[in-house]
Amino acid sequence: MKFGVVVFPGSNCDHDALYSVSQNLGEQAGFIWHDSTELGLVDAVVLPGGFSYGDYLRCGAIAKFSPVMAAVKKFAAGGGLVLGICNGFQILVECGLLPGALIRNRDLKFICKPVELVTATANSPFTNRALEGQKLTFPIAHGEGCYVADQRTLDQLEAEDRVAFRYVNNPNGSARDIAGILSRERNVLGLMPHPERAADPLMGSVDGLVVFRSMVAAFACAG
Amino acid sequence: MKEPMKARVYVSFKSTVLDPQGQTIHAALASLGHSSIAAVRQGKFFELTLTPGVDRAAATAEIEQIAQDVLANPVIEDYRVEIIED
Repeated sequence: MKFGVVVFPGSNCDHDALYSVSQNLGEQAGFIWHDSTELGLVDAVVLPGGFSYGDYLRCGAIAKFSPVMAAVKKFAAGGGLVLGICNGFQILVECGLLPGALIRNRDLKFICKPVELVTATANSPFTNRALEGQKLTFPIAHGEGCYVADQRTLDQLEAEDRVAFRYVNNPNGSARDIAGILSRERNVLGLMPHPERAADPLMGSVDGLVVFRSMVAAFACAG
Repeated sequence: MKEPMKARVYVSFKSTVLDPQGQTIHAALASLGHSSIAAVRQGKFFELTLTPGVDRAAATAEIEQIAQDVLANPVIEDYRVEIIED
């Protein structure tokens, strides 16, 4: 399986994501420059964490107009797996691939620490190797991670089993403790916590590997 | 010489969206003794200078579009556009 990791000006978790899938998982991986209008031959796309375009205007607001994002949207529409982590999640909500928005943390502080999550559904290409209700610890590192959406959208996300992860102790004020959500077709996941920062034994936790392993399993299953 | 036409775009959180920065500013004002301030909402302000000779009606429509697509995120924010010509 080949993963493409998009690199925006200001991405800073791109190498971590590439390392996780190539070194920790042994899958193929390559970078995709934000200026390219094609993704090349990839089976999954990762929008990494960081501060694309300096987070100017709003987090992810400039990145959504990058040439590569038109290709990512097309890839997602065709059923391709798209994983947006942290700033990647912010880009996914800005460009409309996922509903809602991410605003300044409730307590205004940038929070950088490991947090406990609960797997809210195992029914997705990103969580099929986890168990529903399974607790996982991933680091978070964000200033704008408070998930907001109107009541109707939140009800719909829950009714359609599209909340992938919830915080056990909500760090940022996110509605209904939401840490990550799926698209309607379940092939797009956006989450604020960083699975790629919990993917190597040296980092103290390999809980994050379950996300990438699930993607590999889903791809093998589909292939 | 005539000043170039300008547009001002004001972007603010919808009333239903929590504004923790506004709340923090309000708390600071309260601690300074400004008891007459009941609430603060923080927003953004953009000034766009138009290319000389641009038609006002066309510019208004274009800036509405820019505000909707780029400057504001309509999921959480409202905006208001003003065209200034003197």
